[in-house]
Amino acid sequence: MSDTPLLSVSGLTKHFGHRIGCADVSFDLYEGEVLAIVGESGSGKSTLLNLLATELSPTRGGIRYRMRDGAMRDLLAMSEAERRFLLRTDWGFVRQDATHGLRMNVSAGGNVGERLMAVGQRHYGRIRGTAFDWLERVEIETDRIDDTPKAFSGGMRQRLQIARNLVTHPRLVFMDEPTSGLDASVQARLLDLIRNLVSELGLAVIIVTHDLAVARLLSHRVMVMKSGRVIETGLTDQVLDDPRELYTQLLVSSVLVV
Amino acid sequence: MPPHLTLERVSKSFTLHLHGGAMLEVVSDVSLSAGPGECVVLGGPSGAGKSSLLKIIYGNYRCDSGRVLVQDGSETVDVAAAEPRRILALRRSVMGYVSQFLRVIPRVGALDIVAGAGRQGGLDAETAAQRAKELLTVLNVPERLWGLPPATFSGGEQQRINIARGLIADRSLLLLDEPTASLDARNRAVVIDLIENKKRSGTAIVGIFHDDEVREALATTVVDVTQFAAKAA
Amino acid sequence: MTAQSATHTAPETGYNFAYLDEQTKRMIRRAILKAIAVPGYQVPFASREMPMPYGWGTGGVQVTASILGPDDVLKVIDQGSDDTTNAVSIRKFFKRTAGVRTTTRTGEATVIQTRHRIPEQPLGEGQVIVYQVPIPEPLRFLEPRETETRKLHALAEYGLMHVKLYEDIARHGHIATTYAYPVEVAGRYIMDPSPTPKFDNPKMHMMAGLQLFGAGREKRIYAIPPYTQVRSLDFEDHPFRIQTFSHPCALCAAEGVYLDEVVMDDRGGRMFVCSDTDSCEERREQGHRGAMLADTPAALKGESSHV
Repeated sequence: MSDTPLLSVSGLTKHFGHRIGCADVSFDLYEGEVLAIVGESGSGKSTLLNLLATELSPTRGGIRYRMRDGAMRDLLAMSEAERRFLLRTDWGFVRQDATHGLRMNVSAGGNVGERLMAVGQRHYGRIRGTAFDWLERVEIETDRIDDTPKAFSGGMRQRLQIARNLVTHPRLVFMDEPTSGLDASVQARLLDLIRNLVSELGLAVIIVTHDLAVARLLSHRVMVMKSGRVIETGLTDQVLDDPRELYTQLLVSSVLVV
Repeated sequence: MPPHLTLERVSKSFTLHLHGGAMLEVVSDVSLSAGPGECVVLGGPSGAGKSSLLKIIYGNYRCDSGRVLVQDGSETVDVAAAEPRRILALRRSVMGYVSQFLRVIPRVGALDIVAGAGRQGGLDAETAAQRAKELLTVLNVPERLWGLPPATFSGGEQQRINIARGLIADRSLLLLDEPTASLDARNRAVVIDLIENKKRSGTAIVGIFHDDEVREALATTVVDVTQFAAKAA
Repeated sequence: MTAQSATHTAPETGYNFAYLDEQTKRMIRRAILKAIAVPGYQVPFASREMPMPYGWGTGGVQVTASILGPDDVLKVIDQGSDDTTNAVSIRKFFKRTAGVRTTTRTGEATVIQTRHRIPEQPLGEGQVIVYQVPIPEPLRFLEPRETETRKLHALAEYGLMHVKLYEDIARHGHIATTYAYPVEVAGRYIMDPSPTPKFDNPKMHMMAGLQLFGAGREKRIYAIPPYTQVRSLDFEDHPFRIQTFSHPCALCAAEGVYLDEVVMDDRGGRMFVCSDTDSCEERREQGHRGAMLADTPAALKGESSHV
């Protein structure tokens, strides 16, 4: 267990004019940790995720990341080229809407292979071989390797997104409501897959979800957000079983018990 | 050798915001300890806060005041104040929690569930697989079920999978919340045996057992939790 | 410098030399200079309305108009041929507006405007080839956003280009892109050689002449200066290869040149002949004879034109 965090966030704040996107968020994330950000829509959890993934720039605050060489770097001071390189090698981003996370006109194999080609792999056979392995790992029939995701179901598209992101062995993966909009059984299968991959690969994950069941199943820690602020944070089972704040108690009590 | 577990003046209450901010006192001023090979049995009627106390030790419930000291090798960790990842590390290698309920993991076979828990608890893959088979055998889980996900198993079978999962790794502190409830006499005896073995190997145990037979067989100390009831809030 | 003097044939009156006004030419020349300075980089320019529709080479025509001087000798080809409608009308356009000498001989030309082909005869120092480009952006196929493609060029993030080639191999078993085959220029920018067949890609590499590309509708100019490295993208296990033809040219017996298929009748008769008509004619003048020459239809022998 490394004692330096992988990601260190301090005082992260984003204003949209007079409106607060998120305010004064600080936390550390360590390798292998899964952090769930929960809250209702409009609570600022997606804003926070976009700030962390450097897709938005903050009004205030800092984000530091431990690079593969061990150096802690200030993400906001990095050049765009470096950040983008990080995004397509050491990071992943699984999006709620697969059509934003995949190239819908490119075959499944090409979708998985893109990151490999982006980091300079130039051997077709090996790229295809790796894509093949990853399709297998995310339980997509390998004879679909040349089909485009247009022909895939919602669950398959999400699994393909995961393969596409994990192929470069990232250390940090952002997930934005990866299971919403899927049927319950499809959702269960996807959660199971994500859980296994996360523990197998020792990934650090920041997952945004409004679904407390998803947070409970996948995450070690949870941050509860309301009106752009983190109002409660802690071990996932602690926050969900012993919620302190009124809002968290409300969230927990409005979950159907199954 | 210091005790594996020491509770110092632990108090816990719930504030129910959805019920007009009502305060629900659970336990107050609890102090107890469990050393290597000791089995502290929590006694008292239901509602006295026995399960809550186990959950506080496991870090599942927070406490309002006091310290929950768990020994991790030469280091003493206060669960009440530790960072989440420190608590998770304790759960991986130091303290285990066995309830009567198996939280079902879809699509994973029984044997893999048990062996997986062993690997998570620090066993190498081979040892984990070996121990999983031994445990399922002594717990009388028919071999034909080993490859199947336990979702469809009977309540008793699920419970035995859960016990195997909780006992497979070598942890120095075990928290047991009625692990033998609804087991038949034969399997109850097996479980008593398994726990007795853990005690002999130096594990400290804090448990809740309603069954007198089990309690008498295992307890080195019985602590009546009613003595920790809220003192006039 | 006024351009009107010393022309070989008197240009049409009422137009500035080579149609464009001098200010516009200066603007385009500045873009050309920048393009030469940053090989393969697409320089935006304020493309003008030309008296011909988009798709007929308005980009190439503006580049040609801006570099043309009264002493230049102009050759215009379309699909390798000097006598197709597009080539003829552009040649006529410059004859009328600039009064420059025109030619079909590759060796005689100082400026060659082309659509699709690079002449078979290697270009020398001092010669300029101007390509007409419909879509200059090689990344457009996979990334429709202009803001994003610009960023990809700026940061040299070219993984996408290989995704396109990957898709080709996955679908066809080989890289099926036969024209507009992407190249890397001077080890930096990825460039679309426009609709030129990949057969001609090797000619771009270390060419002694200057190569200019103009896209009128898309308002972009780019360039490859003389003696610049031009590498066609490929995979280690699927290396770049040019098309090969199983027969020599049916008219001039040339081998290792780009051939067009010509359908001769409605009974499946066909032949393969040089796409570069000038090169083919020259070879025939030198006495080379292809297998089909004896019974070639009159039209193809250039004896008379059909209806």
